Amino acid sequence: MPTKPAGTLYRGREGMWSWVGHRVTGVVIFFFLLVHVLDTSLVRVSPEAYTSVIGAYKNPIMGLGEAGLVAAIVFHAFNGLRIILVDFWKSGPKYQRQLLWGVLGLWVITMVPFLIRHLSIVFSAIPGGH
Amino acid sequence: MATPTISAPRSGGINYNRNKRSGSSFEMIAWLFMRLSGVVLVVLIFGHLFVNLMAGDGIHAIDFGFVAGKWASPFWQVWDLLMLWLAMLHGTNGVRTIINDYAERNATRMTLKTVLYIATVVIVVLGTLVIFTFDPCPAGAVTDLPSFCPAK
Repeated sequence: MPTKPAGTLYRGREGMWSWVGHRVTGVVIFFFLLVHVLDTSLVRVSPEAYTSVIGAYKNPIMGLGEAGLVAAIVFHAFNGLRIILVDFWKSGPKYQRQLLWGVLGLWVITMVPFLIRHLSIVFSAIPGGH
Repeated sequence: MATPTISAPRSGGINYNRNKRSGSSFEMIAWLFMRLSGVVLVVLIFGHLFVNLMAGDGIHAIDFGFVAGKWASPFWQVWDLLMLWLAMLHGTNGVRTIINDYAERNATRMTLKTVLYIATVVIVVLGTLVIFTFDPCPAGAVTDLPSFCPAK
């Protein structure tokens, strides 16, 4: 029975999955960014246009979407710093796996307070949005 | 028989033709840009998310007056302008890399990249114009104005 090839820096395991995660979150963030510049540009149309479109975002479903977006951004940010360490720090490639667990740990430490704050704001419905 | 002398590795003498400028250094610049802009974007975007989603009333506070209040300050104008340009160039270069990786036919690759570059130029120009031509107290508007606008 042939043995499975061992994972390398790039194939399988932490190295590959962090690469996949970085790509997927990057594309998600990019498409959000296009929409986000367009909706913000409505301030140039009229206050009513901007406030009504932003008002449509102020519901629990979009609130959960924002939580997902921030989760993607925070992962992409910390994993991006990990990539810089792998590229520029002498021992980076050696510790790339441990660095990924560091990324995931920082992700949890960042997301827990963010989610507590953001979701309590989202689910404390204030009529009119003020 | 004479002993052949072999020079120590990398002691020169043999031209391996490495590090010679063979064509453009564009890809190296793009690679470096991703790392430099990435570090700056972590600071800019974490600050942006904190001020807009976590501070004060969070997302409930965001309306026309909120944006007008922020852009009344050159600090936030420069912050948002830098974020717009760096994030769009960083994102465009990332998507360019992905297109190059997965679109195998030449025509598909060129088409996708043309669409990408047009979208990038439109969004960057639009966003820049909005930041600099923005009027916090537009004539005729009555709702959601920032408090510093003259009373109508």
